[in-house]
Amino acid sequence: MSDLTKLSAFELSQQLQAGSVSAEEVTNAHLDRIEELDKKVQSFLHIDKTGALKQAKEVDSKRKEKQKLSKLAGVPLALKDVLTQKDVPTTCGSKILEGWLPPYDSTVVKNLKNAGIVILGKTNMDEFAMGSSTENSAYFSTKNPWDLTKIPGGSSGGSSAAVSAFFAPLSIGTDTGGSIRQPAAVTGIVGAKPTYGGVSRYGLVAFASSLDQAGPFARTVLDCAMLHEVMAGHDPKDSTSINQRVPDVVAAAQMQDVKGMKIGYIKELNGKGWQPGVINRFNESIELLKSMGAEVKEISLPHSIYALATYYLIAPSEASSNLARFDGMRYGLRVDDGNSSAEEVMNKTREKGFGKEVKRRIMIGTYALSSGYYDAYYAQAQKVRALIAQDLTDAFKEVDVLISPTSPTTAWGLGERVNDPMAMYLADLATLPPSLAGIPAMSVPIGLADEDKLPVGLQIIAPFMQDDRMYRVGGAVEASLKSKWNGLLIDQIPTLGGAS
Amino acid sequence: MSRITREEVANLARLARLDLAEAELDEYAKQLEIILESVAKVGEVATADVKPMSHATGLVNIFREDKVETSLDREEILKSAPATEDFRFRVPRILDEE
Repeated sequence: MSDLTKLSAFELSQQLQAGSVSAEEVTNAHLDRIEELDKKVQSFLHIDKTGALKQAKEVDSKRKEKQKLSKLAGVPLALKDVLTQKDVPTTCGSKILEGWLPPYDSTVVKNLKNAGIVILGKTNMDEFAMGSSTENSAYFSTKNPWDLTKIPGGSSGGSSAAVSAFFAPLSIGTDTGGSIRQPAAVTGIVGAKPTYGGVSRYGLVAFASSLDQAGPFARTVLDCAMLHEVMAGHDPKDSTSINQRVPDVVAAAQMQDVKGMKIGYIKELNGKGWQPGVINRFNESIELLKSMGAEVKEISLPHSIYALATYYLIAPSEASSNLARFDGMRYGLRVDDGNSSAEEVMNKTREKGFGKEVKRRIMIGTYALSSGYYDAYYAQAQKVRALIAQDLTDAFKEVDVLISPTSPTTAWGLGERVNDPMAMYLADLATLPPSLAGIPAMSVPIGLADEDKLPVGLQIIAPFMQDDRMYRVGGAVEASLKSKWNGLLIDQIPTLGGAS
Repeated sequence: MSRITREEVANLARLARLDLAEAELDEYAKQLEIILESVAKVGEVATADVKPMSHATGLVNIFREDKVETSLDREEILKSAPATEDFRFRVPRILDEE
């Protein structure tokens, strides 16, 4: 592995600013590694070599001209294929959008381009972000770089795999019910879901509009915060965008101190069904936080046990409505024998273009929203959602942040849960309550499980628009573990082979 | 919780504009029943006085100035359309021929 691909975004940014390396060299180093090793991991759906090198050269010439550049200018990134990038394929992991070239940049992409961040390509994902393993991609399954027979998490599994395989120091995912945090946990990296409304959804192809939120992946908490800062901010193009100052996540990530902080661990997210190795690492991190001077106590969120049922009514309901736009009329796939009516063409296009899980969720949503069932399902779920959010609001009267394991298990084997949708849904158990409440949450690596030597993540949950608090705790945990392990957890990843 | 029959799945598919294959009807009937039985758990919660929550920000009615702005280029948008004619989307017939 070239030294440049080993560096964090922060380290790369220092070298780029000092002029000891060019953006073109950094980009080429990462593209070379992708070319050599992504055939094993399969994290990218599309690699935009030409576009990436063009962006890198632009940064280099601006730097030569002494133009003012952002800190991350010239640092490469992998983008989840659910965010539009002008004239670059955007499939959402679905056949229904195969070949579509978006005519516009999402606001997230616009922000990345303005910061001079080099976009290497688009990463694989569960179709329309529905899944926890990336096996629902219509194209291929991505492998976990820690063990190529395991899943990389989902739905942002291409993005988590790309960063843990050192194909990019940064990537972007989206999180509706855990799709950033769970992939980060099972690949041993850092991933954050900002406050809902903190990052613009303009150009994020919608799955469940009241829950979808884009966020950063990185190998360090500081890198994650630096990318978070670039992505976030008010956008008039998204009417749910929050018009407030972005919390100072970068400063918080560097504090490395939790003295006097009040931290609650969630009573309900523990026990039966949780992998012992996950619980062991989690219990150790409670002790670690105590030893660092935090006050840690148990907090009960009584309605959190209903989060799974609530989410799997609300998200499919919103999806069934959002995905109605894929009708084969204006973009994407059209299945047409030339003699069919528009309605028949729609039926055939959607049947052929959508995969199993997408059709399953569209039908669950259609059921929950249909007259006769609406009150018992969708309307009731919205009320339970309010109670789940209220539990969290009440908890934050007592503590500054909440913690839990990010996922009940480590990465499972490819294929193990594909025919059992309920087993797949259980992976979201811990990540759903903050999603439903719209509050920020992140996952940081806390070690390997004893049973399988696979990464375990700690979920840190903060109050609405207090994203900085989770970075403060995450940064402190990372710093303490780093000195214990003499490096990051990701440094313990087995080599993928190649010229290392 | 009533059983989900293949007729119900067929009806849901019709509402959702999905031309499901015969074999899929049985598979989905089984899976939807398991999933819907599990999510029906929300019914256990007492919610008589609870206001439903549709999203997290509490924002309502975001307005902007009624100013003309440039929108996306028509040709760019039509580039990705399955069929076009005279700078418009061309769609299959929407009315029966008789």
